[in-house]
Amino acid sequence: MSRTLYDKLVDAHKVCDLPDGDILVYVDFHIMNEYTSPQAFSGLDEKGLSVWRPEAHLALVDHVNSTSQREPHDAASKVLIDNLEANCRQHNIAFYGLGDPRQGIEHVVVPEQGLVSPGMLIACGDSHTTTYGAFGALGFGIGTSEVEHVLATQTLRYQRLKTMLVNVEGQLTPGVTAKDIIMKVVQVVGAGGANGYAVEFAGDAIFAQTMSGRMTICNMAVELGGRAALIAADAKAYEAAAGRVHSAQLHFDTEVWKSDDDAEYDTVFNIDAASIPPLVSWGTSPDQSVAIDGHVPKIDTAISPKAKAALERALDYMGLEPGQPVTDIRIDRAFIGSCTNSRIEDLRAAAHVVQGRQVAQHVNAIIVPGSIFTKMQAEEEGLDTIFREAGFDWRSESGCSMCLAMNDDVAMDGERIASSTNRNFEGRQGRGARTHLMSPAMVAAAAISGHLADVRDFEKEAS
Amino acid sequence: MPRTVQGLAAPFPVHNVDTDVIMPKRFLVTINRSGLADGVLADLRFDEAGQPQPGFVLNQPPWNQASILIVGDNFGCGSSREHAVWGLKQYGINGIIGTSFAGIFFDNARKNGLALPKVTPSLRDELVRLAQSSSPLELSINLETRKLHFADQIADFSMDDATQVALLEDRDDTLDSLQQRELILKYERRLTDKMLVSVIK
Repeated sequence: MSRTLYDKLVDAHKVCDLPDGDILVYVDFHIMNEYTSPQAFSGLDEKGLSVWRPEAHLALVDHVNSTSQREPHDAASKVLIDNLEANCRQHNIAFYGLGDPRQGIEHVVVPEQGLVSPGMLIACGDSHTTTYGAFGALGFGIGTSEVEHVLATQTLRYQRLKTMLVNVEGQLTPGVTAKDIIMKVVQVVGAGGANGYAVEFAGDAIFAQTMSGRMTICNMAVELGGRAALIAADAKAYEAAAGRVHSAQLHFDTEVWKSDDDAEYDTVFNIDAASIPPLVSWGTSPDQSVAIDGHVPKIDTAISPKAKAALERALDYMGLEPGQPVTDIRIDRAFIGSCTNSRIEDLRAAAHVVQGRQVAQHVNAIIVPGSIFTKMQAEEEGLDTIFREAGFDWRSESGCSMCLAMNDDVAMDGERIASSTNRNFEGRQGRGARTHLMSPAMVAAAAISGHLADVRDFEKEAS
Repeated sequence: MPRTVQGLAAPFPVHNVDTDVIMPKRFLVTINRSGLADGVLADLRFDEAGQPQPGFVLNQPPWNQASILIVGDNFGCGSSREHAVWGLKQYGINGIIGTSFAGIFFDNARKNGLALPKVTPSLRDELVRLAQSSSPLELSINLETRKLHFADQIADFSMDDATQVALLEDRDDTLDSLQQRELILKYERRLTDKMLVSVIK
């Protein structure tokens, strides 16, 4: 019988059926951070359990640490950071802490270290673990109770998902990036449209993407509700997985890690790549986005009272006028970073726009590289100089930073941020803060313009 | 867990309520599971000075006594933080009725005895209407029969078998799964050296 890539991955990792309908799946590799793991370790201690296979785990610090200084910026974050290090020491688990050249945002560090390879099952107490689908690996986020479960058993209780295929065919137009592809998918499928599904991306516009772009796409699949995101493993994926620190020790060759040609999906979406414009989010859910040369939605009398109320609520929080041109939206801050868009390719794209220009006077613009390794690479290429000379705050340390504002980078009430991140939720970047999601190049364009701006205009000027 | 979850239902029919809203980040910088009740929906319940926002449903009688929420679509989306579920339970919420829940939130709820019955959009809208009416809506979620009892009515909800059993048995999944130790070892013996990750310290 023909199977999807998702089916193959689940089949390959199935340990056994459990009596009540769950299956037990084996977790090849598990990543932990300082904020969703402490209670899992204390759970082990309370139950007198040990870690099943300590070498199959990696712990690192990324969520709460400051990115402007190495030392913890406050006592509470220091407790979390020290706690993770102590737990790792106690249980003999690899720990990449602050000051370690391998430290950075978990989903940037793992591919850099060659710890993802096609055919793996990877779990992490972080929803953006879907990123690893870019390699034809099954990655998904778990809660803290499940972190405890993986530590103690190297397995998870699991229920098979339905399958969704998203085909993006055709060629992207200039100025349109992987970020715009996934924002378009979220817009089409809806914020909860893939709840209960594993989402496979296919089509020539997907395979034309670099691995960095594919990671951006799979990363944000969770914003449409996908519990897993997948792209068939092709030569590019194997190439990216090779030649890194851990690559030589990993090879999962029990299957061809792509869907069979005649595999069937529960749901299929088709999107024309050429129809995707550079997008920005205007609301408080990632599916509320619009073309950069478009307008904030009008409150149409034809919509249902419920939809009208939701629209009004989002516009009110965002402080926007219905029908306002998007490029009229003035920003206070610009943020380039996060597991979605802080890889070297993202920084190069932003630097290309920034080069020879200045950040608008009133804009506070920061760039947080996805890892220390990425930072060093960018500095070797001179990108830091381009950013600094333009007036960006180029951060010396790496972490999630203002993506979720768990560290000292918190936006103020009412401040508006052009952000290369993944979530524009109410309060995400600070209480009352207003987030507009977009590609890193578009954030750069907004930082320079002082308002949301069309990156395509910059390309024209430059040429 | 008892076979029924009973209590007063509060209407909260906002769509796409994410876990950042359910448990804002300033409550997350902790190594404990406890002390999270104050964080639940904090930016909606309280103003910046920490005073209750009188307009918010959970600050108004009778809903300040609610132990069940009737919610909008795609509840619990976003971050994996289990703190959202811990906080809801500590605040006193034992059941949340909606049309769809985000996957990680749903699994976290199951691990902590928070029942999430799924109903059709029309039934959800009806429950919201009843919960908003002047007389308090007392509701009972029967986990065994998968039925809701309210205002002299009985209606079906859906919940997968494994979640139902986990909630009814109040089981510790970690300890229960360790009973499969031999099968896990057997699976591992089938793996080649190159399928056994060993992270360099």
